[in-house]
Amino acid sequence: MQAFLDQLIQDGAFAGLPKEVVYAIGMVLAAVVVLSVFVAPLAGVTSWLERRVWARMQSRVGPNRVGPQGILQWLADGIKNIMKEDIIPAAADQKLFPLAPYIVFMGFLCAFVVIPFGETLIVADLNIGILYILAVTSLVVVGILMAGWASNNKWSLLGGMRSAAQIVSYEIPAGLSVLTIVFLAGTLSMQGIIKAQGWGPWDWFIFHNPFTFCAFFLFFTAALAEGNRTPFDIPEAESELVAGYVTEYSGMRFLFFFFAEWGNLYVIGAVATTLFMGGWQVPAFFDGYPVLKGVAQFTTFFLKAYFWVFVAMWIRATLPRVRVDQLMGLCWKYMVPLSFVCLLGTIGFMFIDEISRRVFGAITLGFAVATIINFFRRVGFQFRAAKPEAYWKPHI
Amino acid sequence: MGVLTSYVKDIQAAIASTFEGMSITFSHLMRKPMTIQYPDKIPVPIQETLPLRYRGILEVDLDICTGCLACERICPITCITIGIDMNKETKQRQFTHFDIDVCKCMYCGLCSEVCPTGAIRHSQEFEGASYNPAGLVRHFAPEPSNLYKPKKGGETEPKLITKVDIGLKYLDEFATPDGGGAAEEEAK
Repeated sequence: MQAFLDQLIQDGAFAGLPKEVVYAIGMVLAAVVVLSVFVAPLAGVTSWLERRVWARMQSRVGPNRVGPQGILQWLADGIKNIMKEDIIPAAADQKLFPLAPYIVFMGFLCAFVVIPFGETLIVADLNIGILYILAVTSLVVVGILMAGWASNNKWSLLGGMRSAAQIVSYEIPAGLSVLTIVFLAGTLSMQGIIKAQGWGPWDWFIFHNPFTFCAFFLFFTAALAEGNRTPFDIPEAESELVAGYVTEYSGMRFLFFFFAEWGNLYVIGAVATTLFMGGWQVPAFFDGYPVLKGVAQFTTFFLKAYFWVFVAMWIRATLPRVRVDQLMGLCWKYMVPLSFVCLLGTIGFMFIDEISRRVFGAITLGFAVATIINFFRRVGFQFRAAKPEAYWKPHI
Repeated sequence: MGVLTSYVKDIQAAIASTFEGMSITFSHLMRKPMTIQYPDKIPVPIQETLPLRYRGILEVDLDICTGCLACERICPITCITIGIDMNKETKQRQFTHFDIDVCKCMYCGLCSEVCPTGAIRHSQEFEGASYNPAGLVRHFAPEPSNLYKPKKGGETEPKLITKVDIGLKYLDEFATPDGGGAAEEEAK
């Protein structure tokens, strides 16, 4: 992005405007384009898809009336929420209450700055990219705690406190899992991490050695917990806390929290893809065609990231919500020690030679493939055991 | 069991149960949803799938109504109002109105039991939504029409035969308190 602007300045496209002004305008434009062209439709369609997938997994249909198969449901929901009354309770903090949704939203949107959609398709390739992501996504805690406190409501406050405890705790396993990859790649830059991997699964960091394989699942679980997703959604547990920190919110401010939540799903998937699954790497076949290569890179990255969004929906439909003590126990008793083990194990693998490391990587890959095959055998068994009425079509 | 063993067993159980649970939810993607998409995306209208003794909104076949007023008298909440007067030209009695207020009706079925010809009966219809209560009053005699007079010992009018048969069949099989002997048959 900056290189592109520098090129334009050199060509004299801005008639001698100060460099800083051009940069500022460029940043605002990039933010607007990313928000309106990519993030908003993505979060909206994700919300619709989640409801459909979730419904099918529970033998329901889900929203299928607005537009073909209900794909415009998110627009209808958005319009409805914009037209709703924006209520600020009299007892709420009049300044912090309206501010909180935007802090949450900012925390998630800032992450898009360093997400590498392609080799050249990135807003800013910061040299501390992954650290930046860990930092800005933690801003969500501030917003949630602010919402919980400013609502002046015991449900909201409890939700906010739980969320703060949860996100701060799960930062540790997430950070340690990220650290394994940072050690292997030797850089914090998102593009640098991707360039250290290859296009094939055998070159991905997830199959680098058995410890990175475990680290990936630790990272994904911790990221789900940081994103307040089921089974870790105790901050907004309906059965205990009404709606947690969003209890007092209505209309568009309410929507902003969920906008951030669904958008955050994609950020989780994108970071997991970047760190562990080779990002936008495509085979060398595309090298001769720059445009085709760009499209292929974007598609590869998008599909890989969206697969993990699907997995998050799938987990949400599968697992029940954990208790607060179980949540903290899972983090501090299991995930933190295990992520330390993964970190130390990966350090150990950095000392052995490439050939034997490749053998362990191949064993890990083989284990993963065997697990997937076994998984589909189990799916077939579950399907046959229930003797259901089969329906293979995605639409209904 | 040692502490370490139980620790490892916990991890193993968590992974195994998540794996199994996810395979179950994934298999649901290939199953047909239970939802019936009323009212439009269904193979046949719901009305056609209802049982014959279903007590839907009342309907009246005025062609075979004798005007005996038994239904109006027995209705506990007087939701049926019938007006009958003498047509001065033809010297025959005729209905001026035959209204059933569906708002009031409590679907007790008493009227259909006392009807001698089975003219008033419950239909399979249940979609009674209306924008105002007046829209829920069903007018069965929009213009004056003659009463049905069975001929003494004679033949029924040919064009009414099917209607009379439907009414009597309804009376025999569905409207009588013991279900036309259906309960006795079941007991056997």
